[in-house]
Amino acid sequence: MHQDPISTLEAKLGVSRRSFLQFCTALAATMGLPKGADAQIAQALAGAAKRPSVIWLHFQECTGCTESLLRAEHPTLEKLILEIISLDYHESLFAAAGHQAEAARKAAMEANKGKYVLVVEGAIPTKDGGIYCKIGGHTAMELTKECAADAAAIIAIGSCASWGGMPSTPPNPTGAAGVNAIVKDKPVVTIPGCPPNPYNFLATVAHFLTFGKLPAIDEKGRPLFAYSRLIHENCERRAHFDAGRFANEFGDEGHRKGYCLYKLGCKGPETYANCPSILFGDVGSGSWPVGTGHPCVGCTEQGIGFAKPIHALADLKNTYPPASYPRIVEDQGQGLSFGSAALVAGIAGAAAGAGAMLARNLGRKDDESDKA
Amino acid sequence: MKAQPIGGRVVTPVTLLLGLLVAIALYLLGKRFLLGLGAVTNINDGFPWGLWIAWDVVIGTALACGGYAMALLVYVANKGHYHPLVRPALLASVFGYSLGGLSVIFDLGRWWNAWHIFAPAYIQWGSVMVEVALCIAAYVVVLWIEFLPTLFERLGMTDARAKLDKALFVIIALGILLPTMHQSSLGSLLVVFGYQIHPLWQSNQLLPLLFLISAIGMGFSVVVFEACLSSVGFQRPLEVPILERLAGILVWLLVAFLVLRFLDLAVRGAVGAMFASGALSFWFWLETVLFALPVVLLFKPQARARRQALFLAATAMLLAGALYRINAFLIGYETGPGWHYFPALSEVLVTVGIVALEILAYIVFVRKLPVLPRAH
Repeated sequence: MHQDPISTLEAKLGVSRRSFLQFCTALAATMGLPKGADAQIAQALAGAAKRPSVIWLHFQECTGCTESLLRAEHPTLEKLILEIISLDYHESLFAAAGHQAEAARKAAMEANKGKYVLVVEGAIPTKDGGIYCKIGGHTAMELTKECAADAAAIIAIGSCASWGGMPSTPPNPTGAAGVNAIVKDKPVVTIPGCPPNPYNFLATVAHFLTFGKLPAIDEKGRPLFAYSRLIHENCERRAHFDAGRFANEFGDEGHRKGYCLYKLGCKGPETYANCPSILFGDVGSGSWPVGTGHPCVGCTEQGIGFAKPIHALADLKNTYPPASYPRIVEDQGQGLSFGSAALVAGIAGAAAGAGAMLARNLGRKDDESDKA
Repeated sequence: MKAQPIGGRVVTPVTLLLGLLVAIALYLLGKRFLLGLGAVTNINDGFPWGLWIAWDVVIGTALACGGYAMALLVYVANKGHYHPLVRPALLASVFGYSLGGLSVIFDLGRWWNAWHIFAPAYIQWGSVMVEVALCIAAYVVVLWIEFLPTLFERLGMTDARAKLDKALFVIIALGILLPTMHQSSLGSLLVVFGYQIHPLWQSNQLLPLLFLISAIGMGFSVVVFEACLSSVGFQRPLEVPILERLAGILVWLLVAFLVLRFLDLAVRGAVGAMFASGALSFWFWLETVLFALPVVLLFKPQARARRQALFLAATAMLLAGALYRINAFLIGYETGPGWHYFPALSEVLVTVGIVALEILAYIVFVRKLPVLPRAH
């Protein structure tokens, strides 16, 4: 019996057809793709003849990116990521170790030359020839260059791989830098965040698998679908900012009432990310830092996250609080005052009197001319 | 009938009193420009315009329609025998419009932006208010040019006078076109307010026409009124035969106005509102009676020869036109519950000062310039 690829996937992954299509629709919506893209993504993910090979490198990092990807609460996510792609090298998830693991990487690279996806997690130390991070005797710089040379697409996941992240915090003793600093001849898509939202990564991969190219990116390599808007623009607490209601310290009345966290150092006004729109952990509304009452630390933004103190005020980029707020009491005007009433009555009286005198005067002239 | 200056002293108790009133108004206006509208007026967010717009601008320019009405009669209807009345009418119009236009600036919250009216980049071309502002500004210039021959005559500049005369027909044509535009637009201003204007005065179709007709009526009346006033004030004979014919026109104009007004109310289903609107009904009927009074007083042709009837009818018409505008702009303007407006003492004093300035300037001009027809 002929089965369509999605039904095959249903059997293979134990994922219901509905859940899978929902997942694909969510990815398409995350990227803001037009109608029909969800079906294209579903076909591409389910119908791929051969699972694309992925090589995943780890350098100076905490493995938080991988963790967040695996801990995503969509029950099928880790299955999807592991079943749809062929994860040929990943130090955290590999059973193999040592020379065996390195051999697997080289074999995969050879077999999928020019077709595999390279994912880099963690910063790359560049100081002193890059000696501060070595795997199998090779520095992170060498490994990155080697793997990038024949990769079809390069994705830097997390803030560390994007620009250096936490390891690059001044004074940056190891000269930690992002993939962009090492690979200069190919476009590198960066998915900054600490950790980044797994859907931004998955959406980028799905885009590549479906359309054969990476999504549109900005000058820092960030996909526009996820990083073109300030957090401040879509923040659920934005109305409080506009109305001048701020939490002034943790636990005060404003903080408990969910007011704007700008004065506590929230970096939402200078950080580009879609956190307020897609949230974290698939548990519903409020499940992101600002939603839980903590100011945004700007983890996706180079020069803000891990660099600017958490308590420091954000620079406002495109929105400013109003110079003054609307009055609560509106002066509705006053009626008649004694003075103005007297004046108006006086003018009316004087005019009426003068008019009457004038009329009488003219009447007399009428009579004179009648007699004449 | 040539015009000539009537001469006489300029400094008299009357002109001194007028000067004092002008000085008070200037002081209050200084306060207004330094401290803002709230310091001098009672206008508020519910009544963003008050006496200064309703009286100084809307009624003020209608009262200054004498020049317009006479120009219509003399130049369009080609009734040359009315010509002796043109110059005095024009003079009153010059002052009325100049001060009316100036008054708009007093009422602008951000008056330092007033020049935006003349900067095309700032103009919203769909706005009735822009039409009114530009039109009035243009008409003030036109009026002064129309009045120039009088000045040239006084200064003996015969060459300039002759040159101007050749081009004057264009200016006179503009002087008829522009008031037709903005006097009707002053009615259109209220159309925008929709339900905020009481049904007795709101009329989407006829407001512009009603405002235009009543402005022309006020124009004719103000000519009669001024003639009566200056005949008594300067002890001069009254040009009764001319005024008589003017009165005839006024009567039929007002009949047309009243027919249109009541037809409009009937078509809009506002007949009930004439009786059931409480205090507003009173103001409506007072206004209507004032509009009807000239018709009653002057209906019989014999009555039009009587100076008293002419004066009373003209006064009634001026009051009617003024009350119609006050009713439509302020009394019948319902901005929502809780809002009040009655002009503040200082606000009224500014208006009084402006009227005083107009009268003062009129007195000075007719004494020094050839405006009024030579007494015979």
